[in-house]
Amino acid sequence: MHELLIEPGRAEKNYWHDLWRYRELFYILAWRDISVRYKQTAIGVLWAVLRPFLGIVIFTVLFGRIAKMPSPGIPYSILVAAAMLPWQFFSNALSEASQSLVANTNLITKVYFPRLIIPAGVVITSLLDLLISIALLGFLMVWFRFMPDWRLLTLPLFTLLAFLAAFGPGLYLTALNVKYRDFRYVLPFIVQFGLFVSPVGFSSDVIPENWRLLHSLNPMVGVIDGFRWAICRGALPIYLPGFALSMLVIILFLILGIWYFRKTEKTFADVI
Amino acid sequence: MSDIVISVENIGKRYRLHRQGKGERYTTFRDVIARQAVAPFRAVRDKMRVWSGLNGSHSNGSINPKSNESIEDFWALRDVSFEVKRGDVVGIIGRNGAGKSTLLKILSRITDPSEGRVRLRGRVASLLEVGTGFHPELTGRENISLNGAILGMTNAEVRRKFDEIVAFSEIEKFLDTPVKRYSSGMYVRLAFAVAAHLEAEILIVDEVLAVGDAEFQKKCLGKMQNVATAGRTVLFVSHNMQAVSRLCNRGIFLSAGSVAYAGGVPETIELYLSTFAKTNDSDELPDRRPGSGEYRFTRARPAREYFGGAEEKAINFEIRRHKERVGSMFLSAYIIDSDGTMVAQCDSRVVGTWIEDCREVAGKFRFTTPWLKPGSYRVDLVICTVGMIVDVWEGACSLTISPVLPYLNSANSNATAQGLVFADFAWETSELNRETTGQSNSDYRRQQTSARHCH
Repeated sequence: MHELLIEPGRAEKNYWHDLWRYRELFYILAWRDISVRYKQTAIGVLWAVLRPFLGIVIFTVLFGRIAKMPSPGIPYSILVAAAMLPWQFFSNALSEASQSLVANTNLITKVYFPRLIIPAGVVITSLLDLLISIALLGFLMVWFRFMPDWRLLTLPLFTLLAFLAAFGPGLYLTALNVKYRDFRYVLPFIVQFGLFVSPVGFSSDVIPENWRLLHSLNPMVGVIDGFRWAICRGALPIYLPGFALSMLVIILFLILGIWYFRKTEKTFADVI
Repeated sequence: MSDIVISVENIGKRYRLHRQGKGERYTTFRDVIARQAVAPFRAVRDKMRVWSGLNGSHSNGSINPKSNESIEDFWALRDVSFEVKRGDVVGIIGRNGAGKSTLLKILSRITDPSEGRVRLRGRVASLLEVGTGFHPELTGRENISLNGAILGMTNAEVRRKFDEIVAFSEIEKFLDTPVKRYSSGMYVRLAFAVAAHLEAEILIVDEVLAVGDAEFQKKCLGKMQNVATAGRTVLFVSHNMQAVSRLCNRGIFLSAGSVAYAGGVPETIELYLSTFAKTNDSDELPDRRPGSGEYRFTRARPAREYFGGAEEKAINFEIRRHKERVGSMFLSAYIIDSDGTMVAQCDSRVVGTWIEDCREVAGKFRFTTPWLKPGSYRVDLVICTVGMIVDVWEGACSLTISPVLPYLNSANSNATAQGLVFADFAWETSELNRETTGQSNSDYRRQQTSARHCH
């Protein structure tokens, strides 16, 4: 017979086991978020393509045409697209993940389940948008007759990296947001600021050599450089010390996020 | 031994109350940023001080001495112990703030207890709200799967029971309509239908029958009875004493966070109701009551010991400010009969009475209609601002209505047995004269009888 013991701190012990047991709820919540996402919109899922497309157009004109930033023999649009896609994934995933717990208050105060599945589901949903918008990249490649090479096959690895880069801070922010609603206001600023300190409209090469390590403290620098390297036939080599630093920051954020989330999780229902 | 499916041992739940912090619910980050974010650095600094022997200023405790905010413990539950046998249907009753909801939240693992332990044998399903997680944009069909999964059903289980759920909810026609277009009745029916088909050995149910129309409520009660007779264990919280006495075979009466009585249902209900009979419960501390607590009722007393059913009934009350001001407030009185049915809600907003900030208020709440039937009524008093509940005083006082009927003519008790209240009514009859249909009113012989009240 199934027996359950509840005592202070008990939830800790069978947490990961519970997470597995509740996987069906995870699927269905992710499915809910996906199917609700573009309900009652006229062009539906096209938004997943249109938003990055407009971003790419604007950045190509601004940085490629007006500012005449250098490009190593690659169509500037593709250079921008290779960064815009992971960046938009990151910013969507981060903003939605950080609101996810508060948006699901009614579930948290009425039903038990490992809370981790809520932000995880939201980030997965954004990942789906990224996959859809990769079609846009394919379209650009055909348009500019640009043929990628074997490096494109490493893209899933960098996508995983992007996922982790968004998931760590997302967990941290959503847990903070439960108690301090201030982060609702902080976040748009972080995302906007992040767009300008990330190499989206330009390539990381233009950063002066002695600033590059500092630049790489931004976890998205590693992700974007990785995407560019994979998509642009390695024309833009990865600056390895910087990449390692970005990875390190991603991992630190992930640990911080999971640690803080787990630490505060059991009080969510009380303070939300 | 193995017959006991729920054993609760010395459960306690402590909440930290931050006194003098305004907006307790939404802490702003600014208030805490210094304390929380600097904590690790402070710890390091303190350690370094210890190492370097500079252990002079050791005033850094967990409480910042500069801010005069103090942390106070509040035990929503303390030393609660009871056991439930397989197949028992236990009604948990108690006033608002007695800890019923906290207990259910602990049993359904939404929140951790602060002390004690609970042992549950069997699959637990808890239903603290009807339609948890329903998404307005999804169709009825989609919401059945979603809600089922949220309540803990597996996908296969939902699929197996799907037809049954749809039949129970009576909304076949609207299965593919988004739930946001449903009427509230349909919404509740669908939600309850899903919940009613939960297959668990232990079912934890909060006040969920309070919604929905009377007929559907009856159906739900029937379904719950089936569940009970099928040998499953049910914990049931309700304010509806009729439902409790119909469904349950054991009762637990919670008061001020601990078990005041556990045993047979009639005794439990009687004990619960008797706490309302005492006017002005002096043992109930205002701070224990729900609400944000800036203002509290300090006194409520009926103007007279007895009222005639049709007379003006009046309650004198006093309110005192406890904390900072909150702006304009309105008052509300709920008149509840001995079955727990709310006879009337008397909200000062609808008669345009608001009270402004001041230290102390004395006032009178009076009403003439409805004509109450003889018996004892409980009056709950509430203070609210727009969007916030300040004080809820359940059973603030009781009104006793004398057994004198307000009607002129007497009849046997059949004549007045039915109905919740007496009505101020009249019967007018007129005989229709068929030969003079075209004529005016003067041809009708008027007969009028009306009820006039006597004191």
